Amino acid sequence: MLRRRVIPCLDVADGRVVKGTRFVDLVDAGDPVELAAFYADEGADEIVFLDIGAAPEGRSTLLDLVERTARDVAVPLTVGGGVRSVDEMRAVLRAGADKVSLNTAAVLDPDLVTRCATRFGRQAVVVAIDARRTSGSVNTWQVLVRGGRDPVGLDAVEWAVRAAELGAGELLVTSIDRDGTGSGYDTSLLRAIVERVSVPVIASGGAARPADLVGAIVEGGADAVLAASIFHRRIHSIAEVKAALAAAGLSVRLTPGVAA
Amino acid sequence: MGPLRVAVVDYGAGNLVSIGRALETLGAEVRPATGPGDLASADALVVPGVGAAAPAMLRLERAGLADAIGDWVRADRPCLGICLGLQLAFEGSDEDGATTLGLLAGRTVALRDAPTLPHIGWNQVVRRRPHPVLDGIADGADLYFVHSYVVAPTDPTIVVADTTHGSTFPSVVASGSFVGVQFHPERSGPDGRKILADFVRWAGGPGPIAGTRSDAEAAGRTAIVGGPR
Repeated sequence: MLRRRVIPCLDVADGRVVKGTRFVDLVDAGDPVELAAFYADEGADEIVFLDIGAAPEGRSTLLDLVERTARDVAVPLTVGGGVRSVDEMRAVLRAGADKVSLNTAAVLDPDLVTRCATRFGRQAVVVAIDARRTSGSVNTWQVLVRGGRDPVGLDAVEWAVRAAELGAGELLVTSIDRDGTGSGYDTSLLRAIVERVSVPVIASGGAARPADLVGAIVEGGADAVLAASIFHRRIHSIAEVKAALAAAGLSVRLTPGVAA
Repeated sequence: MGPLRVAVVDYGAGNLVSIGRALETLGAEVRPATGPGDLASADALVVPGVGAAAPAMLRLERAGLADAIGDWVRADRPCLGICLGLQLAFEGSDEDGATTLGLLAGRTVALRDAPTLPHIGWNQVVRRRPHPVLDGIADGADLYFVHSYVVAPTDPTIVVADTTHGSTFPSVVASGSFVGVQFHPERSGPDGRKILADFVRWAGGPGPIAGTRSDAEAAGRTAIVGGPR
């Protein structure tokens, strides 16, 4: 049986890990390679790097970081942030990433998803969707781009369906309302998307307790759960989260020798 | 005897860093193979890869590697196919209609009845018969998959292990000097590393190889190729 995945996300800028609260107010939390290796040993099923650095010279720093991580860490690595073309995606994959996530670039140029999927296979293409609940509406969400800041007049669920049709092999769905709040995942958003697509959905935004990650799967229907601060601040370990998922009857990969 | 020299086929798309590094840490000497000449001094061949068959075949043919891989395997030399590298060993792919290397009888077909596609994540590899590359891991170990298509061998006895996602499909196939895995050992943590270590040991022979031959004979199958030297 396919295991539910637990994925720590490392926001990186200029070769260092940072984690924002609602994408501002960054706090440096360590070396990405060491942290990724630590999480892999602790049972992380994948690692996500999200490059939030804006400096032009940061690209070569990122590729160097990806290569060092791919060498040292024997679990899959997804890299997002700033990829706008097939050539840029190729560079990130060649550096050692297994998947690339596209966010703003996919919204602005939906055909990019298809071009990347055709070239590298859909399994390598993750479309990341930042969604915010439409004010005054119970269950509709708008897509935001540029780091979760700018609305583009696109319905998040419709965009999820379209992204999968265009060639996304996976969707990384972040609730901007919940991100950095610790109030749990937006399980209604997840459920609305999971019911419409057959590709795996990764839940993101709002995790504070192991029960939140359980909820993203049980109530939201997510195939995988992504979190950052809860792990970076050592509030809960990957192993503790997995133990909670297992206790809820969910199928997880338990790493021998790692105590919860 | 020096370190095992492993040629890793490079056809321009995916991540070769992980497999190369993993083999190096196991003591192998790794070189990328971009043309037939790069196979000349190698002891073992690894065909990695993800994605669709047609563009991969086009690149292999342009580089002269399609014939070189075929010659390699027919000459009984050890070869590990990973994911797409496993699928390419068969005759053709339903994914895009590509004609593939045809080293093994059967086709690459869509994974049926899957609750989610692509099949992405860790899943259990259940042994159907012994093979040296699985000696180091427990039966039912979790390994990392990322694919939508699977192989359907004509000869069911070449299936060493299988995995279930909706339907049950071959996750390890072995025939003579060729071993193919649908998962990514280089991304599968310590268990994946053990599989690669066992491949390096098997490819370097001689001990485990005799065991493989007798397995083959015991199963009464007709291997397309013999065991590695």
